[in-house]
Amino acid sequence: MTTEAGSETEVKENAEEKSAVQLDQSEKTTEGTQEVAATEGEERQTEKEKEKEGKGITRYLPTWFKKQKSQSQTSPTKEVPPTEEPTIKVSQEEAHIPEVNGHAEEVEEKEAVGPQQQQVKEKESHSNASADTEPAGEGKVESAQKSLEGTEETTKEGAKEEKKKEEVEKEGGQGQTFIFQSPLRLVRKNKMKLVVCHVTLLDGSDFTCEVEKRAKGLFLFFKVCEHLNLLEKDYFGLTYKDHHEQKCWLDSTKEIKRQIRSNNWQFAFNVKFYPPDPSLLSEDITRYLLCLQLREDVASGRLPCSFVTHALLGSYTLQAELGDYEPDQPRPLDYISQLTFAPNQSKEMEEKILELHKSHKGMTPAQADCQFLENAKKLSMYGVDLHHAKDCEGVDIMLGVCANGLLVYKDRLRINRFAWPKILKISYKRNNFYIKIRPGETEQFESTVGFKLQNHRSAKRLWKVCVENHSFFRLNAAEQPTKARFLTLGSKFRYSGRTQNQTRLASTLIDRPAPAFERTSSKRISRSLDGAPMISITDTSREAENGREPHLELHSDSKSPVRVRGDNIYVRHSKLMLEDHDKTQEEVLKHQASVSELKRSFMEAPPPSPPQLNLWEKRLTSSPAMATRVQQQTVVPETEASAAAAANGDAKEPAKTTEVEIEETVVVQEISKAPKAAEELQTQEVKDRDGAGLQKKHESVSSESESDEEAEYHPNVSVSISHTQIPEEKEEEEAEEEQGKKEKLTAASSPVEPEQAAAAVEEEEKQSSKEEEKKEVSTEEPMMTPDEASNGITSREEAASVAAEEEELPKVNGETSVVEARPQVICCSEPPVVKTEMVTISDTFAAQKTEIATKEVPIVHTETKTITYEAAQLDGSGDGEPGVLMTAQTITSESLCTTTTTHITKTLKGGLSETRIEKRIVITGDCDIDHDQALAQAIKEAKEQHPDMSVTRVVVHKETELAEEDD
Amino acid sequence: MAGLMAGFGRYTHAIVRGTPESLAKGALRSSQAEVDVTIAQREHDAYVHVLRTTLGLEILELPADETLPDCVFVEDAAVVCGDTALITRPGAESRRGETEAMKGALKELNLNVVEMTDESATLEGGDVLFTGREFFVGLSKRTNQRGAEILADAFKDYAVSTVPVSEGLHLKSFCSMGGPGLIIIGSSEPAQKALKIMQQMSDHRYDKLTVPDDLAANCIYMNLPNKGHVLLHCTSEEFPESVKVFEKLKDHMLIPVSNMEKRKVDGALTCCSVLINKKANN
Repeated sequence: MTTEAGSETEVKENAEEKSAVQLDQSEKTTEGTQEVAATEGEERQTEKEKEKEGKGITRYLPTWFKKQKSQSQTSPTKEVPPTEEPTIKVSQEEAHIPEVNGHAEEVEEKEAVGPQQQQVKEKESHSNASADTEPAGEGKVESAQKSLEGTEETTKEGAKEEKKKEEVEKEGGQGQTFIFQSPLRLVRKNKMKLVVCHVTLLDGSDFTCEVEKRAKGLFLFFKVCEHLNLLEKDYFGLTYKDHHEQKCWLDSTKEIKRQIRSNNWQFAFNVKFYPPDPSLLSEDITRYLLCLQLREDVASGRLPCSFVTHALLGSYTLQAELGDYEPDQPRPLDYISQLTFAPNQSKEMEEKILELHKSHKGMTPAQADCQFLENAKKLSMYGVDLHHAKDCEGVDIMLGVCANGLLVYKDRLRINRFAWPKILKISYKRNNFYIKIRPGETEQFESTVGFKLQNHRSAKRLWKVCVENHSFFRLNAAEQPTKARFLTLGSKFRYSGRTQNQTRLASTLIDRPAPAFERTSSKRISRSLDGAPMISITDTSREAENGREPHLELHSDSKSPVRVRGDNIYVRHSKLMLEDHDKTQEEVLKHQASVSELKRSFMEAPPPSPPQLNLWEKRLTSSPAMATRVQQQTVVPETEASAAAAANGDAKEPAKTTEVEIEETVVVQEISKAPKAAEELQTQEVKDRDGAGLQKKHESVSSESESDEEAEYHPNVSVSISHTQIPEEKEEEEAEEEQGKKEKLTAASSPVEPEQAAAAVEEEEKQSSKEEEKKEVSTEEPMMTPDEASNGITSREEAASVAAEEEELPKVNGETSVVEARPQVICCSEPPVVKTEMVTISDTFAAQKTEIATKEVPIVHTETKTITYEAAQLDGSGDGEPGVLMTAQTITSESLCTTTTTHITKTLKGGLSETRIEKRIVITGDCDIDHDQALAQAIKEAKEQHPDMSVTRVVVHKETELAEEDD
Repeated sequence: MAGLMAGFGRYTHAIVRGTPESLAKGALRSSQAEVDVTIAQREHDAYVHVLRTTLGLEILELPADETLPDCVFVEDAAVVCGDTALITRPGAESRRGETEAMKGALKELNLNVVEMTDESATLEGGDVLFTGREFFVGLSKRTNQRGAEILADAFKDYAVSTVPVSEGLHLKSFCSMGGPGLIIIGSSEPAQKALKIMQQMSDHRYDKLTVPDDLAANCIYMNLPNKGHVLLHCTSEEFPESVKVFEKLKDHMLIPVSNMEKRKVDGALTCCSVLINKKANN
């Protein structure tokens, strides 16, 4: 983060410089934009500015750069990349919001011009001012997408852009994609309206400040912290009341306007993460603010404590606020009675408070605060954020989120506790909240505990609080930055700020004289809070309170780029998959050599494979007659279904191969979709639908963020592991979250399949090489996390055509790769998670295919047997069902037969996630082969591999003349 | 003024009660054992002697009530923590009357007395394990959820977790505190299971000291000025193997106390006193 801080300024400079250089291009290319401008005259300038800025930024943020180019230039050359970029941009924008603000201010000063403001006003008149900026961003995005499409149809780009712009204007209110907000802001900042925010501070006073209507939460938060002279701000956050009068945490990465109730710019500054040991805070002012919060918590009853504790805490408050007890002054008693120390404050308590106050003589305010905190922190409900819920039996309970984990209360009794390390996954769907528990010492399987919340909003709120608390308290300081990045990757709900460890580290660097501050808590106390319900429902949305200083804020922005990279990674995967088909035979050949090794590793590493290997080996040795063919077959199995198909093709079964491949491709798509959700979807769409697809994708993405009914989060992740896990988690989350997307996904998937299938077929015919490449990837992937796979792939692919994205990706990949391997494993606790997108299975086959396929095209005998295992609990997860595809994984292994295993995890309406494992086993061989036996063996293995699942369907498909079918 | 949770194990006072003759016949028991009241009284005297003389506690001894055969087990009648005393509502109906005298004694000590008036609630002090940081309340034949809730209400500063007690009379029939963060636990399966639950429910980490005999796991821990860690435990005549375990506690002042007779009526060491930390200025 520190390094990034510098980047902000650099970005600005670069942007200016580049803008000058690129102006020419931008002007040329921006014709489309200009056209739009023509319609709206003034917009040209803004757009140009945007472009300039974007270019400058692009260095740092490749994605942005690309986007802008695509927009401005409508460059046909960057067809593919642009599609990816837009998606990425969206995510980035969200993440970067804070930076934008910072930039915006500066830029505004420099560039602010009367005319622009007028334009803004005009826009506002049409729609909401806030909407204006967003629409522009969307328009750009769309344009970018279109441009991508344009690569195919570059000629139409101009018109498209115009349309896009128009759309943007029309859609201004939606603000789905913020991709270009930063540039927009720069341009329009001048235009932006300023809004007066009222923030209630912890001492009860009001802080009023003006922010742009477009400002992100972080901007306001930093303004407040600046006003408070607070450096250790990571423990704090801003809250607002939502439409249902629920207190929500202001997401610092999102625009304020989009979070708050319409035109209610009222906020409160609160403690968000209660430090378990306040004595470790660096500054007295931080402790003072924490004291103020706790005084309110105690007085309101949110933090229950006994009579004696009430008195003791009250006495420390008096000591801190009034100093030593002065017997001569009659004021204390009267004064005290006006203060609220407890929900039910009695005269007796006040007397006790005074009595205890006397004993604190000589204690400084800071010492009194410390004593206050030392006692408050021991209270059992200290820092516990309570949420109303019902257990599975409909009994009213409370769920408490705290630094250590999740607590379950019935009335006042703690009836269960789930420490963070025990929790494997946190998710919610609709009004259901789920935690997956790590199996205990004596237990074999993890269990999932479900709770019913009052509604979807409260479920989501609880989930957010959990995610943030886990991130803040459980993740490590050192690794947090990366974690944070990944966490924030796909979903908005990741905690984006610093973890406790990080903020502690940062606190050690505070080097300033202790700031003087006025203790005015009396205001607060006198306000007296109503006896608030014991349960305080607080939502934690992420805040991004990064650096203490503005620079730090910028850092937070810088983080966003990181996120983008992560996104890119995913995109790459998808691309890779796509690209693989296109790869040259040469590449394939190169890889072939390593394929065998890869296969081995693949076979060995993944849980499912090992048994198969053994069988395979046995059979190889045992049945000499089959040797030659078997070998070929073996190759095929490695590549999984597609591979099998290819292999078959080599030997005898071209037709089958095509089928198999098709399926595989489909699987891959699903996989990508499910985990990566928006990103993958985008890629798919890009392929299939081009422009239209892209747009839809973007929309879907935005929708996700806005209305996620579901989300998952795997808290277990140790720091190192977390990285890898997080991506997966994100994917799942996204998938879950995106219900709207689901529909799209399903729809997309089905259409995609045919297309892909076709593509696959073509590929087979044309080039085995592509398949080979894919194969490699697939083999690797099972072992490694997607990132790694992507790395490997990327190297190959780079030549192919990733362009700028690739550049970014490699870094990310490298980073993630280290961590990645484990996370997958973790995920695998469930059915193997998506990451192993087996996309590749075909590689080995491809190589062989090239050699043999044409010759032996006549299909001699191939049996395609499909065994579908569905989770016993769940019915078949039909695509048509409302459930969202969470993950899909395909694993191919070798043996007598080729086995393609597809894991499809979907989220169903019921809030359940169902995993369906489909195994396609292709038994290829001469008549010598005992198909019955082979099939029986395969089924047996499948059962062994998934003891907790049941075989719901076995489909035997004969395709061979020679071969016989077996059940 | 020490504040919350300071000085776990520090006690200044102890409330005890005489052993009634009716104990032999009338006291509730899970076995059919014959009790020699004379021996029981002798043991009790020795017990009080240790508290008063050896440990220097101020003893408040309530007279025995022949109509209350179990009245010697004062622990079940009240839960005292800090300045607050919760008068319980024993699950055994024959014991409900024991709380009257206890309430008077506690008020005499100027404690903040809270009564359990809810007639659906039952709670016996033997089911309440206070670790210094939190409460564990065993849900047993004698204690129910409602009772635990009221206890949680009375001691708001502390987390109160419930622990199912399937075997044995009380939670503390197989466990007790052996020091700050040290739980003495019996080795039986139910005991170990209960310990696991407690460990899972707690934000704090507890060490455990496992003794072969569940009944031997009931000890009295104190942390007294000039004496340090003090542990009253069973005698080697009763549970030789367990005593060997206790003897490994090098930092503790170990005081074996015989409890042979009262154990026949399910009385444990902790049952016979209510320990109170009364500050001088109160």
